[in-house]
Amino acid sequence: MGEHVVVIYPHPDDEAFGAAGTITTFREKGIPVTYLCGTLGEMGRNMGNPTFATRETLPEIRKAELIKACEVLDIHLEMLGYRDKTIEFESTEDVAAHLFQFLNEIKPSLVITHYPGHAVHPDHNAFGAAAIRAVEMFPAAERPTVWAQAISNTHVEELGGPDIENDVSDRISKKLETIMAHKSQADGMLKSVKEEADDIELATKQWLGVESFYTWEFN
Amino acid sequence: MQPIEIDQLQQYIDAFANKEVYIHLETTNGAYASHFNKDAYNAGAFIRNAQVTYQRGKIVGAGSTYRVGLKLEIGWIYAEGVSQYELDKNNRLLMAGHDREGRLMVALQISETPFKY
Repeated sequence: MGEHVVVIYPHPDDEAFGAAGTITTFREKGIPVTYLCGTLGEMGRNMGNPTFATRETLPEIRKAELIKACEVLDIHLEMLGYRDKTIEFESTEDVAAHLFQFLNEIKPSLVITHYPGHAVHPDHNAFGAAAIRAVEMFPAAERPTVWAQAISNTHVEELGGPDIENDVSDRISKKLETIMAHKSQADGMLKSVKEEADDIELATKQWLGVESFYTWEFN
Repeated sequence: MQPIEIDQLQQYIDAFANKEVYIHLETTNGAYASHFNKDAYNAGAFIRNAQVTYQRGKIVGAGSTYRVGLKLEIGWIYAEGVSQYELDKNNRLLMAGHDREGRLMVALQISETPFKY
């Protein structure tokens, strides 16, 4: 069984901000990466800056951005069709079974997702919980490793430090290119960085240069 | 979208009166409000594809932003802070207000056909 990494996040751009550097290092080694993206970020607040999207055009715009970002990263994309902001109201078992269909087909060596309860956005927490539940559906001996990403302000205090800390500063230009692919979302965020920094690559390195994960421990 | 021209927008609102219409109403300050500022609160609400008929609708100016009220037989629909509008190619009336970073704060949208789920 060869290595294959599956990234499970709910929103177009979660992969860019959260794991683009880590994904790049896997792709450099020739390891295939599949992104299971839960929603199209239909309810995002960012509409570009200056605004060019509306609530009704945003889904198609973000879909195109997502496809482009996955081309930048050279990864396979599956769009799962949930609606932004609503994943936590779905049945966790149903979402897990849906994710398991993909995992059972791919038989990944590693799954990257959000750390439930420490991922701030309700979709992150719910999709991370469903992803971990999906991995649990494999017999214990066949389970891939899970790297869970915590972004809450309290995660180090409550969980201890993450055991995986990938310094991706050497991959920052690729990460930045991935973020830029999500133009409707990146405009506003990068604008504030640009205004405060002379060198956007240096500023981004400081902000996004490390990608951290906790290896999930199954009971 | 473009800055509100109150006379034209009022005409658009009038054109949907006394018809069965679908409403998208939303307000949000984002899922990260209290993450980035511990003194802030996350608050938001949306309704997508509420089917209503309003008897009268009115837009009222409030400086650079506006309020819109739609009077129903047994209630009201209200949005505050809209500043831009657009009648899109599907003849849907989109109204929204954005903060200075271009992020949506409030949206009220009216259509004779359901908004895509």
